[in-house]
Amino acid sequence: MIRWRSAALAASLLALGLTACATTGTGGPAKPAAAAQKKDGKPVEKAEIKPLPKGLDGQGSTGFPSTYKPFPSRPTAFVGATVLTATGQQIENGVVVVSGGKIVAVGGPDTAIPGDVVKVDATGKWLTPGVIDAHSHLGVYPSPGVSARSDGNEATDPNTAQVWAEHSVWPQDPGFNRARAGGVTTLQILPGSANLFGGRSVTLKNVPSLTTQGMKFPDAPYGLKMACGENPKRVYGGKGRSPSTAMGNVYGYRKAWIDAADYARRWDDFRAKQQKGEKADPPKRDLQMETLAGVLKGEILVQNHCYRADEEATMIDIAKEFGYKITMFHHAIESYKIAPLLAKEGICSATWASWTGFKMESFDGIDANAAILWKNGACVVIHSDDAIITQRLNQEAALAMTAGAKLGIVIPRAEAIKWITANPAKAMGIGDKTGSIEPGKAADLVIWNHDPFSVYAQAEKVFIDGALIYDRKDARFQPKSDFELGQPGQGAFN
Amino acid sequence: MIRSLLLASAACALALPAAAETVAIVNARLEPISSAAIPAGTLVIKDGKIAAVGANVPVPAGARVVDAKGGVVTPGLIAPSSNLGAAEVSGVRETRDDGTGSALSAAFDISYAINPASTFLGLARDGGVTSSAVTPVLSGNGGGAGDHADDGVVEEMTAGKSGDGDPPLFGGQAAFIRLKAGATDIVEASKLAVTVSLGESGARAAGGSRGADLVLIRSALEDARAFAARRAAYEQGATRDFGLSRLDLQALIPVVQGKTPLLIRVSRAADIRQALKLAAEQKIKVILEGVEEGWLVAAEIAKAGVPVIVDPQDDLPGSFETLGSRLDNAARLNAAGVSVAINGARDFNNLRQERLNAGLAVANGLPYPAALAAVTLVPAKIWGQADKLGSLEVGKVADVVVWNGDPLETTSWPTSVFVGGVEQPKDSRQDQLKARYVASDQSGYPPAYR
Repeated sequence: MIRWRSAALAASLLALGLTACATTGTGGPAKPAAAAQKKDGKPVEKAEIKPLPKGLDGQGSTGFPSTYKPFPSRPTAFVGATVLTATGQQIENGVVVVSGGKIVAVGGPDTAIPGDVVKVDATGKWLTPGVIDAHSHLGVYPSPGVSARSDGNEATDPNTAQVWAEHSVWPQDPGFNRARAGGVTTLQILPGSANLFGGRSVTLKNVPSLTTQGMKFPDAPYGLKMACGENPKRVYGGKGRSPSTAMGNVYGYRKAWIDAADYARRWDDFRAKQQKGEKADPPKRDLQMETLAGVLKGEILVQNHCYRADEEATMIDIAKEFGYKITMFHHAIESYKIAPLLAKEGICSATWASWTGFKMESFDGIDANAAILWKNGACVVIHSDDAIITQRLNQEAALAMTAGAKLGIVIPRAEAIKWITANPAKAMGIGDKTGSIEPGKAADLVIWNHDPFSVYAQAEKVFIDGALIYDRKDARFQPKSDFELGQPGQGAFN
Repeated sequence: MIRSLLLASAACALALPAAAETVAIVNARLEPISSAAIPAGTLVIKDGKIAAVGANVPVPAGARVVDAKGGVVTPGLIAPSSNLGAAEVSGVRETRDDGTGSALSAAFDISYAINPASTFLGLARDGGVTSSAVTPVLSGNGGGAGDHADDGVVEEMTAGKSGDGDPPLFGGQAAFIRLKAGATDIVEASKLAVTVSLGESGARAAGGSRGADLVLIRSALEDARAFAARRAAYEQGATRDFGLSRLDLQALIPVVQGKTPLLIRVSRAADIRQALKLAAEQKIKVILEGVEEGWLVAAEIAKAGVPVIVDPQDDLPGSFETLGSRLDNAARLNAAGVSVAINGARDFNNLRQERLNAGLAVANGLPYPAALAAVTLVPAKIWGQADKLGSLEVGKVADVVVWNGDPLETTSWPTSVFVGGVEQPKDSRQDQLKARYVASDQSGYPPAYR
């Protein structure tokens, strides 16, 4: 695991560092760092740099900022539970103290508890970080699954890097409520896999909200959904267009990266000239190129749907050719075949435990994929891609852990819990904010009535930023979607 | 190396004639299903059948002893409705035989399509499944993959792309298979039921409305009666036109005679009521599958004595006919007195999910014994196999699973699976892939040499 941890740390520092000091980035709702530079530094030439007209400068774009505000919470101490910290520890009879929406202390029974906090007796229960689903289509493929709300695939062109999943999310999707009852506190919502470049992902806090902005995870980096394999070539080959083959797919990626590198260069040249006070005509802003250039600048994380080991190896070479990093392969059903390579490259693999053989590229799926990756020190994430599995990612992880046990690969719960918490957090670029129980992290927590790796486990209470957002035993904390009012069952599902 | 050992043991197992081995499974918690659990006991298999079950059963002389090490012994699990053996890779049309186009309807016979060499039989056994009802779907209806648009399964399964044309009114005739490795014929019984869909799928098959679907189904059943009564006249062309072909009418005769059931896939409470009404009015036997809103009409289902096949994971309003889906559907139906069978996932070759679904139902209120029965004796009864299968009783066929823990638990697995008294090999395609890639090999040759 050591190899992965340091690699991931480096990767996340790289991503965060570049995000924080993006001076030339052309992607995303970039912080206007260039403007700050302009203020702080002396103007090179006599004239103040004239800002571009509103909307023509990607760096100055206001984007669609998060309006998320944590729900009310009180300083609380959870006492007596078996705590899986997702930092590698299992603490019996543990204490976790939460204040101001953050974890302030975690430890054994002797951990000091401030006098003024609410004590929650969790004896006999288990406490874990909130579950993070790194591959969700909630909101973009909501329930009910009718064509009027089928907003996950802009299947009109193999490259739609310009579309953003957040503009397809229907916040009233009842699936969010089901996932929350399964302990899911954070989700990466991805566009579908019809296209080589599907568009930007969005990271959401799983809180009920009237707007998508109200769910957006503050300061989470964007991801770019890419897809290998059968889906793009089937969709476009079926229309008599490229790509219709695997080699057509690869051509499509490379062509786009060449265009993106050129676009980034033109903006860099423009800004350099502008800085020098030279006359320069700005390139026209291009939303597709802006996203791709954001990847090349390290600001946007590549989330790459890719089943087959050989195709993963090809994608790694493409990334090297153009100088970007693949953060995670999704549906990485064959990653076990190249586990040492993935460990070396520091690329996570997101997988299921159970699904196999539903299409050719999934024919070699085995339940021990995660265990073999883990044994090789590669990063493992258990994901859902599914509104049902997302409700029980704990059990999907349990199956993956058990598949290891069957092969003699003994994986402690303290490790396997990372597959649905700390590792997806890292792979979504929010590992410094959530995903583990350690001081300073968000108090995104789940109290389970049993060992969370049991089939009988249920999330009893779920917290985001220290606020109770779901309580299995208290109807006041079981939010319902507007859609479900007046319908059979009234949105109650358990 | 691992693989060759596996294959060697497989070869040994297969070499033994089914009736030869006497086996005593000792040191086990026995779950007979038909009677209370025996906390510590012995089960004896002789001549392919269960010869003894109990707390104080002696080990016969010469018997091979299997030490369950405190684990659990159950009957082999029965998948109540799957496409096992009739579909391999759902996204590859050529490997799918679980539905047909409009050329055939009720007459489509899935038993002819069963492939005993399917690579997924071993995977299902790894989930403790030793037999399965194999039930046709309406063509183009994958049977529940609606939410998985991203992985492309939905697009691949959607009608029209496969060139099948309109789905037929009836799905076809179901079969029952036993998961015997190495057997040339695994079909235990065929023509066990005719499948049909109400609700949205049925409406599609009938041209767009439930109103048309139920009229056409009634008409077909009445035609089958007329066809059976006036067979000679039909052959001479002296009957009115029937809506279905001769073959389809023939297949419906045992249904209208009440000999074999109609398996009705239905979700919405109102549609379930229509199904019950149809059964009463036509005096036919029915099985209901899906039944997501069954809890809303549980008392009516119980009163009609109709068994149901449910997937306890269904809790989403995934369509306008499943708005009332709940995780405790199985528990509520059982509490109302309905006979409940629990299904695994039909898609993704995930029959291993069956036992976990039973566990999920327990977590949501279904009593544990009812959950075990829902994956063994209840499906055996539904499919007319309960004289041979579904419980640990002396004289029944020895389809038996030894588990290293609670059979419904995520962290347990089968340590031995017996079908007809023969211990099954653990050399599925997935097992062989695992053996190949878990090994670390410094030979300098690629894994293909392992």
